[in-house]
Amino acid sequence: MNARNEPAAGGKVRVATASLAGCFGCHMSLLDIDERILDLVELVEFDRTPLTDIKTLGPCDLGLIEGGVANAENVQVLREFRRQCKVLVALGACAVTGGIPAMRNSVPLAECLDEAFVHGMGLANAGIPDDPELPLLLSQVHPIHEVVQVDYFLPGCPPSAEAIWSLLTAVLEGRALHLPLAQLHYD
Amino acid sequence: MSTPLETATHPEHLRRVCIEPLTRVEGHGKVTLLLDEHDQVQQARLHIVEFRGFERFIQGRPFWELPVTVQRLCGICPVSHHLAAAKACDRLVGAPALSPTAEKVRRLMHFGQVLQSHALHFFHLSSPDLLFGPDDHPAHRNIVGVIQDEPELARRGVLLRRYGQEVIRVCAGKRIHGSGAIPGGVNKALDNADRELLAADIAQVIDWAEDAVALMQGLFAAGGDAYRRFASVPANSLSLVRPDGALELYDGGLRARDPDGEPIFDHASDQDYADLLQEQVKPWSYMKFPFIAALGPAAGWYRVGPLARVNNCDFIDTPRAEAARRTFAAAGQGRPVQAVLATHWARLIELLHCAEAIARLLADPDLTGDDLLREGTPARAGIGVIEAPRGTLFHHYEIDADGLVTRANLIVSTTSNNQAMNAAIRRVAQDELDGHVLTEGLLNRVEVAIRAYDPCLSCATHALGQMPLALTLTRADGTVLDLLRRDADGGIRRAPPGSGGAMANARP
Ligand code: SF4
Repeated sequence: MNARNEPAAGGKVRVATASLAGCFGCHMSLLDIDERILDLVELVEFDRTPLTDIKTLGPCDLGLIEGGVANAENVQVLREFRRQCKVLVALGACAVTGGIPAMRNSVPLAECLDEAFVHGMGLANAGIPDDPELPLLLSQVHPIHEVVQVDYFLPGCPPSAEAIWSLLTAVLEGRALHLPLAQLHYD
Repeated sequence: MSTPLETATHPEHLRRVCIEPLTRVEGHGKVTLLLDEHDQVQQARLHIVEFRGFERFIQGRPFWELPVTVQRLCGICPVSHHLAAAKACDRLVGAPALSPTAEKVRRLMHFGQVLQSHALHFFHLSSPDLLFGPDDHPAHRNIVGVIQDEPELARRGVLLRRYGQEVIRVCAGKRIHGSGAIPGGVNKALDNADRELLAADIAQVIDWAEDAVALMQGLFAAGGDAYRRFASVPANSLSLVRPDGALELYDGGLRARDPDGEPIFDHASDQDYADLLQEQVKPWSYMKFPFIAALGPAAGWYRVGPLARVNNCDFIDTPRAEAARRTFAAAGQGRPVQAVLATHWARLIELLHCAEAIARLLADPDLTGDDLLREGTPARAGIGVIEAPRGTLFHHYEIDADGLVTRANLIVSTTSNNQAMNAAIRRVAQDELDGHVLTEGLLNRVEVAIRAYDPCLSCATHALGQMPLALTLTRADGTVLDLLRRDADGGIRRAPPGSGGAMANARP
């Protein structure tokens, strides 16, 4: 039930994005390029991203991954992105290092389950969700380079819109990415 | 509690249709439908498939980190979490009443936040369904399609969002995950240059916001009965209100009303939320199901967010938004408006209110004051409640003598809408899908119902859940990184990398 446009016409660059164990802040920082998005759509074609209704991934020039790897579905989506994308980017602290969600790595999983669903505050009933529709949870949150090869790492939580714009223009112009120091930050 | 279509009697004989990933919503979720041989939907569920574990892993961290840490729950409404945590921390440092400067800077930041989030939701995510219809080609049904077909509207949407983000940047230092609020106040006020920067565009922003309300009001009127009935389910409403009954986004009492508009409770202290609300766990979603404790889970589930707020308030204290609210209220003919698609209308009325409220604050000399912090007698527990763009948001922390977090409870807005969204997709399943061959456009209607709630599934994934299978994670070079298995008894076992497969029991 998926429809996509014909292969990008007129040399448009095909871009896909995904949020794994992230907060969507990196996607928001992409939108923080503001009016430049109006020009960007002339130059790129979006494939699967949370902004479109394309639900399966086709061959792409650029894949942006937000968030680390926390469950089986994340692993599957990430591997699919690596297969389909010529250039794969770890976008932001969570993809680069695991980020804040990786703070759970120091806590045994069972304790987290217990806190949320058994002994947490205000619960009317206790019971840990276990339906087969829910993807398997990994015991640790991993940065994406531990699972696939990554071409570029963009630090920051989130990376600035300027840094993301530098990345996009570099890919559009087919040159290597060099970020000016002023665009790099780690908070 | 089980509602019709929540659980099929014999799921094993049914055909499964899965909508995954949900698109043009923020975060990770999916819908599963189970259909019988006559294409009648027997089960419809919205599943939240992600989890984070914030409530547990912030334990042991110093409380003053909270406003910065917990906003990483959500990059779309980080200011909401930033401020709810800061309000809880105000109580921990014994300063629930802030200096006028601190409170106004926080309010300004919050108005900027609600404005940008509402603009994002309407223009970037939902407007394609409303402008082009749910059956539009999926490759066109997105912001790029809006930019191509309605360039001026798209440009305004982008600029409205930019304005809200700039308000946040001025107040918090950064557009996303800034750090303006600290326990007991703020770390800086505005200077005159900031104020002039924001004041330069606000008149234009208000006009555009008013145009957006008119656009949505027109779409709603033109949509007729079908629009009003779509995914509509009568629900209780919960929101903060100001003591005089006005719409309130930053601080107020809790008001709950039943589907007819009759009060359930009113002006209840947000510090008593734990007596008013409880949460139910269901095995098929990581998102819990909150309900009004006095009514029980079957009758006590409620709706939060723009529709609940605009229905619940007695008035809005900015003139253009109040005029828009009156027209909105008239559509309910004396009762709360229950049409799910009216949520977009209510959302834009709030956007207009935020723009007007920003204009008013920018003229207030307190914004550039230098009295930033208050302190008082420290406390061991703090509760902070705020109206996030998507609805009432509860943060509750307890700390020890060293100021380290010992317990935490978060009820995020989208979680409060869990049952309402599930009820909405079941209504769509019954009204629109039953007996039909499912097409992409029909399935998109399920998402249209969910999108109206603007769910932030990132926020809603802060809880952790159990994994039903076993999994091996291998590194790019093929070495095993992580191996995880659930035993038949439900115990969770994990083989650390390099342990040769020996299982370490992770159960306490
Ligand atoms: S890096 Fe920061 S902004 Fe990006 S997903 Fe992670 S927490 Fe959110």
